[in-house]
Amino acid sequence: MANPGGGTVCNGKLHNHKKQSNGLQSRNCTKNGIVKEAQQNGRTHFYDKLIVESFEEAPLHVMVFTYMGYGIGTLFGYLRDFMRNWGIEKCNAAVERKEQRDFVPLYQDFENFYTRNLYMRIRDNWNRPICSAPGALFDVMERVSDDYNWTFRFTGRVIKDVINMGSYNFLGLAAKYDESMRTIKDVLEVYGTGVASTRHEMGTLDKHKELEDLVAKFLNVEAAMVFGMGFATNSMNIPALVGKGCLILSDELNHTSLVLGARLSGATIRIFKHNNTQSLEKLLRDAVIYGQPRTRRAWKKILILVEGVYSMEGSIVHLPQIIALKKKYKAYLYIDEAHSIGAVGPTGRGVTEFFGLDPHEVDVLMGTFTKSFGAAGGYIAGRKDLVDYLRVHSHSAVYASSMSPPIAEQIIRSLKHLMGMDGTTQGLQRVRQLAKNTRYFRQRLQEMGFIIYGNENSPVVPLLLYMPGKVAAFARHMLEKKIGVVVVGFPATPLAEARARFCVSAAHTREMLDTP
Amino acid sequence: MATATEQWVLVEMVQALYEAPAYHLILEGILILWIIRLLFSKTYKLQERSDLTVKEKEELIEEWQPEPLGPPVPKDHPALNYNIVSGPPSHKIVVNGKECINFASFNFLGLLDNPRVKAAALASLKKYGVGTCGPRGFYGTFDVHLDLEDRLAKFMKTEEAIIYSYGFATIASAIPAYSKRGDIVFVDRAACFAIQKGLQASRSDIKLFKHNDMADLERLLKEQEIEDQKNPRKARVTRRFIVVEGLYMNTGTICPLPELVKLKYKYKARIFLEESLSFGVLGEHGRGVTEHYGINIDDIDLISANMENALASIGGFCCGRSFVIDHQRLSGQGYCFSASLPPLLAAAAIEALNIMEENPGIFAVLKEKCRQIHKALQGISGLKVVGESLSPAFHLQLEESTGSREQDVRLLQEIVDQCMNRSIALTQARYLEKEEKCLPPPSIRVVVTVEQTAEELERAASTIKEVAQAVLL
Repeated sequence: MANPGGGTVCNGKLHNHKKQSNGLQSRNCTKNGIVKEAQQNGRTHFYDKLIVESFEEAPLHVMVFTYMGYGIGTLFGYLRDFMRNWGIEKCNAAVERKEQRDFVPLYQDFENFYTRNLYMRIRDNWNRPICSAPGALFDVMERVSDDYNWTFRFTGRVIKDVINMGSYNFLGLAAKYDESMRTIKDVLEVYGTGVASTRHEMGTLDKHKELEDLVAKFLNVEAAMVFGMGFATNSMNIPALVGKGCLILSDELNHTSLVLGARLSGATIRIFKHNNTQSLEKLLRDAVIYGQPRTRRAWKKILILVEGVYSMEGSIVHLPQIIALKKKYKAYLYIDEAHSIGAVGPTGRGVTEFFGLDPHEVDVLMGTFTKSFGAAGGYIAGRKDLVDYLRVHSHSAVYASSMSPPIAEQIIRSLKHLMGMDGTTQGLQRVRQLAKNTRYFRQRLQEMGFIIYGNENSPVVPLLLYMPGKVAAFARHMLEKKIGVVVVGFPATPLAEARARFCVSAAHTREMLDTP
Repeated sequence: MATATEQWVLVEMVQALYEAPAYHLILEGILILWIIRLLFSKTYKLQERSDLTVKEKEELIEEWQPEPLGPPVPKDHPALNYNIVSGPPSHKIVVNGKECINFASFNFLGLLDNPRVKAAALASLKKYGVGTCGPRGFYGTFDVHLDLEDRLAKFMKTEEAIIYSYGFATIASAIPAYSKRGDIVFVDRAACFAIQKGLQASRSDIKLFKHNDMADLERLLKEQEIEDQKNPRKARVTRRFIVVEGLYMNTGTICPLPELVKLKYKYKARIFLEESLSFGVLGEHGRGVTEHYGINIDDIDLISANMENALASIGGFCCGRSFVIDHQRLSGQGYCFSASLPPLLAAAAIEALNIMEENPGIFAVLKEKCRQIHKALQGISGLKVVGESLSPAFHLQLEESTGSREQDVRLLQEIVDQCMNRSIALTQARYLEKEEKCLPPPSIRVVVTVEQTAEELERAASTIKEVAQAVLL
């Protein structure tokens, strides 16, 4: 039985024991000798068992060392800048043109301080180019730097068969070509690669219609609309749904695309603490009672923006409580299921299925096809009149080109695979394999004593590293051992909480997970 | 000793009490009673409003009704019913079940149907699969991406290029990466929507100048100079940008680049050039408007284009000097936070570039066809041609508007439908009416590609003439 070190605190509820929760009724989870039934007594207990999260605090000495590390790095940064300014040290960065020296400088010195001094030292851990499909094993191109990471040189050698713990390949659908991809080949040969027009003009192909119908069927909603890019789905549709005079309540840790969409819409934005329903309730009450600031007029609409699975924390949204709040205060709910569609839930239909809720209760279901389906693009699904409204008013439908046909075909193929429409149960098996791998991986890491964030069932596993030096050393060491991992630091995470992030995939076998 | 002094003081006080005159005592007694009353009475609040009872709060929550999230759209809204294309959007296109000649997709060089491009995409599909499953920073960088960036930089003769996975996101992420709150951007009135969104995301000061009017731009720049002299400290850190398009999508005209470069050096502003329509169209080798005018490409700070028009792929790129482009690798939002371009689309773009480099003759052919159809469409009663003669995507607007935009749109839709019945596929140029800053008048978009033969062009011109006469008179 996994033993968490110390008490685990989850939003004020203290769980002193951890239970393995299991939404499937047919499976017998005898890993830990506990057999769980799906029917529970009382709905709240059921949900409590699903939301078993842990966000442990780090021990004090680790925090001290982390801050010291950053402090020393900053000091050295000032020193090197000083030396560069005075010409003692050669400056390797690109510089402005001679003719434009007297223009206002394009970048302020301070903005680039972090980039120049701290990031440059460990830059080789990011942007690693690969030269094969991003499946469970891939080939990384080797590159070395002669001048401390200012420039890279490819040696021409390739590191083969590196275990991929970094790409978002949850269901293992991104793989080299095999016979089942024949339909994509056919579509490519008939339709070509590009579309060269927008949805409103001449860019709606019959493939798009087929895809939209299939997405609506998969998610069990009335209608859906697909777009060419996941990031753009958020940033171009939130402004179409809300505008000035509306209120957006968004989670602290929302993705950049949601933040950008909220800002572009012109509505007022208020932020509530991550996954904290009390904070959200307080904001909702104040909003409905007091209305808009200064004029006291009622808000036109209130939209709650949350994500299904948060990519940096690994936590799953507390959907039942939020839906209860939403019903009480008549707000609208927008869930971004970029990381959770296909990855959580007994048949892979996302957080609504994970909690056993009806997808009709969520107003706007948004997701991307990049992560679990091995393609590109995004979708928005919901009631028919909402989707019709978006067909007319979405910025992307009028000004941006539509999805490319072979990509649409890949998504159609994956959806059919997952729904079992191609005659096999492989799709369902993949989802179950992913759930098994996730739990096994998390359990093993915790046994080894690392600090892991997030919900037990989320396939994104952040492992806290804290110190910047450790971050770089960990990534390099892992590459030497032929495991590709992703490390993230400031500014994507808070300054003191650098982490390594593992993405478990259905294509990983037990041996692969055992290697680290 | 202290207690004795205290007692002594007390005794004195009591003595004073006995000796005080009566009215004094009474007055003081009344005062004391008043103070006690004030102390114990309820405090008087000036703002009763902010103290709602719990019951009132519940009532407010009950009563509040939000607007519907997606207000219902009337069933016959023109934008609701898309034209559905079955099959590839190539030269001969099947729209709504009818086969027509395609005058509506931006397939300038006819590469959507090219077998070499398809073969390259297929090879990449076999090697890499379809998606990339990650952003560029986290194992989403494939060697095809690096290859494409290299090739684009070499083709455009710049130091570096960076690719984005979506055309709209290219310029909309590039502008906010450099221009922040407090900076000043001079932009043309006819700029496309993607530029407008980029500017909105950057939160800078935006100054619009009249379309292609250099005198207006100079006036604005001079005003800004006067402002600067009043506050030189602030002027030293305010960056200035001029954003223009090579070939404007909304009007089909070319920007006067030589004068812009002169203004750039005179007033010290940087130029961002958006070449979505002119990349692969203008210039001897298809390098765009800089080659067309013969300007040194280093004079332009950033060139951004999308690969969806001439290169028949999906995505976009920015090119320029390393000093400028490298910044986007960490601060371009559409680059860092979004998955990278699927490798088969990148391979298709590389092959398309190869084709462009091998036959530089197609650009001249395209120009000739544009000129031909421009001439043929002059003189239609009721419709006027908006756009230069070497622009492959131009507009046909009503010569005199009927007065209401809806009526205009309906008339133009009539023309488009009848043309469609006669096998010429056209479309109206679509805009979001409430969101555009300067809404262009309704028009029909006509696109010329290299694949259209001379007689097809003639036929299209005569069809449009006939239909226009029938509908408008």
